[in-house]
Amino acid sequence: MPFLSDQALARLRNLEIAPDLSGTRYALREFIARGGMGAVYLAEDRKLSRRVAIKVLDAADPGGQRADRLEQEARILAELEHPGIVPVHDLGRLADGRVFYAMKFVEGARLDQFLAGLPSLPERLRLVLRICDAVAFAHSRGILHRDLKPANIMVGAFGEVLVMDWGLGKVLPRPSRQSPAGEAGPSGDVAPGDHSEDGLVVGTPGFMSPEQAAGSCSDLDERSDIFSLGRLLEFAVKFPVGGRSAGLPLSRPLRAICDKATKPDRALRYPAVRALSEDISRYLDGAPVSAHRENWGERFLRFYRRYQPAILLIAAYLLMRTLFVIYSRH
Amino acid sequence: MPSENSPIAGGNFPLTRWSVVAAVRSDDPAERVRALDRLCDAYWKPVYKYIRLKYAKPPDEAQDLAQGFFAEVLERDLLSRFDPAKSRLRTYMRLCADSFVLNEIKHAGRQKRGGDAVHLALDYSAAENELDKQTIDPATIASPEKFEEFFEKEWIRSLFSSAVEDLRQLCNTRQKEAAFALFESYDLAGNNVSYSQLAEARGISVSDVTNQLAWARREFRRFAQDRLRSICSTEEEFFREAKALFGGKF
Repeated sequence: MPFLSDQALARLRNLEIAPDLSGTRYALREFIARGGMGAVYLAEDRKLSRRVAIKVLDAADPGGQRADRLEQEARILAELEHPGIVPVHDLGRLADGRVFYAMKFVEGARLDQFLAGLPSLPERLRLVLRICDAVAFAHSRGILHRDLKPANIMVGAFGEVLVMDWGLGKVLPRPSRQSPAGEAGPSGDVAPGDHSEDGLVVGTPGFMSPEQAAGSCSDLDERSDIFSLGRLLEFAVKFPVGGRSAGLPLSRPLRAICDKATKPDRALRYPAVRALSEDISRYLDGAPVSAHRENWGERFLRFYRRYQPAILLIAAYLLMRTLFVIYSRH
Repeated sequence: MPSENSPIAGGNFPLTRWSVVAAVRSDDPAERVRALDRLCDAYWKPVYKYIRLKYAKPPDEAQDLAQGFFAEVLERDLLSRFDPAKSRLRTYMRLCADSFVLNEIKHAGRQKRGGDAVHLALDYSAAENELDKQTIDPATIASPEKFEEFFEKEWIRSLFSSAVEDLRQLCNTRQKEAAFALFESYDLAGNNVSYSQLAEARGISVSDVTNQLAWARREFRRFAQDRLRSICSTEEEFFREAKALFGGKF
């Protein structure tokens, strides 16, 4: 009988048990990552000859609640057809009874990895705007993400931004499930998950809102995701470019936007993601932002920066004109 | 559940939903001996090493005590007093071993067991070799809690070693020696190599390495669970133990 070292025992207790995909249209390729309740593998769709990512339930589930939650996650993704949200292709069960779903295999980098090679502030802000777009769309369908953080944002090879891992997604109660335009929300085929129980802390420290940290789940609304977006905005600006120790400076208007999005009292936050996006866009355009009241100096500086070429041209013209007048008098 | 071609399925001990605790109490003497075999298989090394370390007994004395302990388990029907609602079987076994050894020390002069006493053919030299390979610092294991941890770890080592042996036999039967070699190299030896390095060394694709390792790991897990189930008294205890053993991945 073999002697197993302590290290071997530890490895055997934590073995990655790859799923048996026989009986499905997928062939296993390799392990990608592990989340709270599922493991994600790269697989090949044999019928369509394309690569997909397969998320398989990989945790104890005696009551079947986790399986229900994974199914709910797949249904949430199916509802959220948006370029900024990873599309789901299939939902099923493996031969051993475990639930799995297949989704687009995203080739790219995690947000933090991508930011390390992105020194431009406007580019970083436009990236945050694309995240906001995806989240605003989900909100318009009555769904909260509840776990927005850099690890759940992927930037594809062509710069496309994808919001991943909707495993903690919460379906809002019906009255809120209306789009801003009054379009009816999705039909009630997505049941609220068991995460919606009060007392359960759902989210990631550093990015989750105070109300999430307090375990109050039943009355969460869009403003909890707005808090996380505020933290993401700050993260995106401050993340150091590769090789440097510090990121980009947070100007006062940007600081004010982050502060407003992450107010402990959610009544003081932006009421909707669109309001946050508009403030970021206004900042990008050199316009005043709603979160910050400028003094005269700041207003002048912003005005100067916004119209710098025209101001310099006019100044140069006036200077030339003055010099011409002085010269002609002499 | 053991697979159809499992070397232990259909062998001399029915595993499925079978409790060794119930079998040890059986009226059939042959069944009781088989049950004791399985119980010893899982516990003799932990018990022997535990006696060696905790009571600082030399090998020959520890061997006598371990033999005597398992004989006592059978003769005095100690398992009939085990209540799964109150404790885990391995905790009960450890406490019984403690009680037995302390009694033996108290009555040091009494006659040695012999005659009709059950004698188990156990490979104590293997256990001694294992103790030699382990780095055990007496200063760190001095407290009772540390001895409990030691017993628990040895119990897991014994269970997993048996499951690895089951896997090796299965691989031999099915001509899957290559899968076992991968499992041995990657998961047991822990050589710091990637799947692609393993694939290159063996002249196979990375997918083959992934699939063969996945198969070997699944079978190993199944054997470990089967063995665990057979030494648990109830399904609830089995689920509890399996969860403790494999964590969230069970």
